[in-house]
Amino acid sequence: MIHTHTYDALVVGGGGAGLMSAIYLSRDPSIKTAVISKLYPTRSHTGAAQGGICAALANLEEDHPEWHAFDTVKGSDYLGDQDAIEVMCEEAVDVIIELEHMGLPFSRTPDGKIAQRPFGGHTHHFGQGPVRRSCYAADRTGHMILQTLYQNSIKNGVEFFDEYQVVDVLINQGRCVGVVAYEVSTGDLHVFNAKAVLFSTGGFGRVWSITSNAFANTGDGPAIAFRRGIPLEDMEFYQFHPTGIYKLGILITEGVRGEGGVLRNDLGERFMERYAPTMKDLASRDVVARAINQEIREGRGINGKKYVYLDATHLGKDVIENKLPDIADFCRTYLGVDPVKDPMPIQPTAHYAMGGIPTDMNGRVITDASNTVLEGLYAAGETACVSVHGANRLGTNSLLDLVVFGRRAGLDMARYCLEAEIGPLPENPTADIEATFAALLATTDGEPAARLREELQDVMQDEVGIFREGKGMERARVKIRELQERYAKVVVMDKGTRFNTDLMEAWELGNLLDLAQVTTESAINRTESRGGHMREDYLTRNDAEWLKHTLAYRDARGEIELRYKPVTITKFQPKERVY
Amino acid sequence: MAESRRKPTEAGRSKVRIRVLRYNPDTDKQPAYRDYTVSVEPTDRVLDALNAIKWYQDGSVTYRRSCAHGVCGSDAMRINGVNRLACKVLMRDVGAEVVIEPLMGFRIIKDLVVDMESFFAQYRSVLPYFVNDSRPPERERLQSIEERERFDDTTKCILCAACTTSCPSFWANEEFVGPATIVNAHRFVFDSRDDAAAPRLERLNGREGVWRCRTVFNCTEACPRDIRITQAIGEVKKAIMYGQIA
Repeated sequence: MIHTHTYDALVVGGGGAGLMSAIYLSRDPSIKTAVISKLYPTRSHTGAAQGGICAALANLEEDHPEWHAFDTVKGSDYLGDQDAIEVMCEEAVDVIIELEHMGLPFSRTPDGKIAQRPFGGHTHHFGQGPVRRSCYAADRTGHMILQTLYQNSIKNGVEFFDEYQVVDVLINQGRCVGVVAYEVSTGDLHVFNAKAVLFSTGGFGRVWSITSNAFANTGDGPAIAFRRGIPLEDMEFYQFHPTGIYKLGILITEGVRGEGGVLRNDLGERFMERYAPTMKDLASRDVVARAINQEIREGRGINGKKYVYLDATHLGKDVIENKLPDIADFCRTYLGVDPVKDPMPIQPTAHYAMGGIPTDMNGRVITDASNTVLEGLYAAGETACVSVHGANRLGTNSLLDLVVFGRRAGLDMARYCLEAEIGPLPENPTADIEATFAALLATTDGEPAARLREELQDVMQDEVGIFREGKGMERARVKIRELQERYAKVVVMDKGTRFNTDLMEAWELGNLLDLAQVTTESAINRTESRGGHMREDYLTRNDAEWLKHTLAYRDARGEIELRYKPVTITKFQPKERVY
Repeated sequence: MAESRRKPTEAGRSKVRIRVLRYNPDTDKQPAYRDYTVSVEPTDRVLDALNAIKWYQDGSVTYRRSCAHGVCGSDAMRINGVNRLACKVLMRDVGAEVVIEPLMGFRIIKDLVVDMESFFAQYRSVLPYFVNDSRPPERERLQSIEERERFDDTTKCILCAACTTSCPSFWANEEFVGPATIVNAHRFVFDSRDDAAAPRLERLNGREGVWRCRTVFNCTEACPRDIRITQAIGEVKKAIMYGQIA
């Protein structure tokens, strides 16, 4: 059954970026807005963020948005667009105060202000040493942001379509005119006609086998957009967080190191002193993750295995129980390890996409190197690439990105909705997705989607992970093609219409395959090392040839075409990056 | 029996029987148990065992899940008769035979997926959002460490419904607001910055409010976030009786 709806603005995804934009849209009651989310919004992965959200509030020591901007540019390995970074770091102060006014229960300083702590890569005086910049609510800052934004959405009467999976974006006569969604509980399709659509669907960590990401993080937004001819920017830059729980990948916040925790190898050595003499364990994430894997490669993993220790035993029970209660709980639950007494076994874990759908500073999706706007379509949060994170994101800047650019997108969508007329739907808007689902459901003799997904995750982990080189990535390229062919014969065992998560998982696998292909092709072509993209066959950064953003397109034959776009540099000229 | 081809990562792999209460209203007259046998490692989560069934044996087995480490609240269900998150219980702690059933007291949509709308409607009924209509200062509103600590525990709620659906008072009367709603009211009633304690307490002083709580402590035991729920309910009761909000 097909239902049709008409709205002014649609927000796809109920995490931080989506809810922030919805709150702004809902302030004008004349703009009819709906949030469409594949999960209940409070299940979104924003809620898993732990350590904090940076802003130069200077509540505990001198700090300036300009220092924050410098750190972000340096963290990005000079690939971030500096105009957008300046905006983010300037607006950070105001947006944190706004969140506090919305009721967000930040931890407090002794004089009642928002508490702040050090975080990786965040420094005073342009790299002189760590600064207390991360505003936090214990180690559940993301949870509190998500809850606060959801609460304020309820307060403002935002309309929700919960557990509706958006499966297509409708582009007609050169502008976005809506989306198609699958109502999970019934299997019905819904066509939403709208003036403005925001994609805020989160990341795609499920491309890799060891990940901090939720099962839901399958990159639906970028994959849908890509199939409709929208490019994806800088997809070769994917962040591995240094400290995931061994084998499970569950995140252990950088806040542990912010509070004084240190990494140790099998010899008990604090090895980060060798890799980053000034910032040590608080160097940026790409640097720390590579150092850990280097130690493991050289045989100094614990007992020769693929992990090292994160040691917080010297912090004392009070700090761990009061400032890091959730990670203490994770360690006790999943490892039987009490971080008050024992070090935590950790390994790097696939964590965050620096790349995504290219946008301008107002969240408007752009489609080429000259910043041509695709009218009516917006993206924000991890789904988008503004680019404020460049080749490597600093810790806490993800939460900041989603509230700053969620707000900017919401404001610009509101402006656009007041001046634009609604565009006509294309003919047969559900034909393509109906054909896709019919094909998935028709197969009776084939392979389970899970097997393909595991093979994809394993090859991406091995060949397109922290260390990369041409030959290995070529193997990944071949393997992904093989998996795409085998995907045509994936079996969906559940043939029903009611809450068919078997069908949804198979469809999501198609998204993971497409995004893995774009990631691999973009990575093969970039013959340098920069930020999260580390090539053993091209060890150094090469600004002469590669100080530019990748734009990957799918051409008419289904092949990937790579184009490039210049980086915006304002105040900070690229220089060597040392922590 | 199909299973993952990934190599085991540790010793001590064993076969366990998982008995799942299945129900698809489109095809089944009533719920019925179905048994599955899966190979698990001791440190696998119950969620991993369910995934092994869904991915390789029977794709129609249906449940919600997302973060897989106890912070999103999707996979609350009854595991061997008690409400737990499937991603926060390890196989070594549940034995070789595990019975998995949906949360009690909600309509079953399919298998372990229940209709949460009434739960969220109750939640929305206590103004679960910050209210302070005075003009905000230029910077943050100040709050002491002690004032912030006053409601810290109830900020942890992930709305999984494990508490509410373990409550005998809720089983007896689905109009009862339930522990989760009271927890979310508590979070604001005891926030020194908030101004709307009175309407929340009025709602909770009503027929379907806190007085239906019989202090059974099931909610506290069920909470995967270790919130001291019964204590929070007691504090709300006191606030209603004596106007104690500090």
